[in-house]
Amino acid sequence: MIYVTRRAEFSASHYYHNPDFTPEENRRIFGKCNNPLGHGHNYVVEATVSGTINPATGMVLDLKELKVLLEQEIIQLMDHKFLNKEVPAFANKNPTTENLAVEIWNLLTPKLAHGALHRIRVYENPDLFADYYGD
Amino acid sequence: MVYLTRRYRFSAGHRLHNDAFDADENRRVYGKCNNPNGHGHNYLLEVTVAGAIDAATGMVFDLVALDGIVAERVLEKFDHKNLNLDMENFRTRVPTTENLCLEIYKLLRKPLEEAGADRGLLLDRVRLEETSLNSFEYVPDRSGRRKG
Repeated sequence: MIYVTRRAEFSASHYYHNPDFTPEENRRIFGKCNNPLGHGHNYVVEATVSGTINPATGMVLDLKELKVLLEQEIIQLMDHKFLNKEVPAFANKNPTTENLAVEIWNLLTPKLAHGALHRIRVYENPDLFADYYGD
Repeated sequence: MVYLTRRYRFSAGHRLHNDAFDADENRRVYGKCNNPNGHGHNYLLEVTVAGAIDAATGMVFDLVALDGIVAERVLEKFDHKNLNLDMENFRTRVPTTENLCLEIYKLLRKPLEEAGADRGLLLDRVRLEETSLNSFEYVPDRSGRRKG
């Protein structure tokens, strides 16, 4: 089994808030991330696909396929957006790094024509990232 | 299950030396790391916790709590210290990065897993870069643990 990883970047803003919590609870739990005007990050997404090497091409999959998929499904949806307001999955769910990893997995996995999605890693910044393996 | 990793930094001095070896053997085994005056590194620590996402917050674990536990249990004890001389933990063990990984895992596991017990939080792994050219990782054997 070989694992192939493609990286993509997007910049977006977000904030954390739960309407079921009181304003005090929201501030206590989410801290400065609760600022309703939002703040931003330069996100890095790593999509790792596992598979066997096709002997004819020497490749698990055409990396361009993964690049195009990331561009069409993730970058166009999230780049330079306010995630809470402009990405439907986050209308009622906090766009945390953890939820982003799960959402990106859910967006990519049905569209992947070759190989199997192994891992989605989302970096909110170089010192914080979340991994999701689909279960 | 989502795996959340946070990076931290600390700087410390150490000397690799085993009293059970003679001087020649220490020099042969540890090379320049055996310099009696010691030397130091900027360590980069990665702490990975694993758990279910809390539906109300969208988070696996509160980062402020994670930062607080790592600061109290590790960074405040290790940063700007001589690992051989300042630390009880390495009186009888050589402060290699392998042993540092094990020690940091031991120091963090209980407080982190207790703080996240309501969602079955696990300390998945501890990874430590001694320099940008070498890194060490401790992943305990647990059933269901994700590799890679």
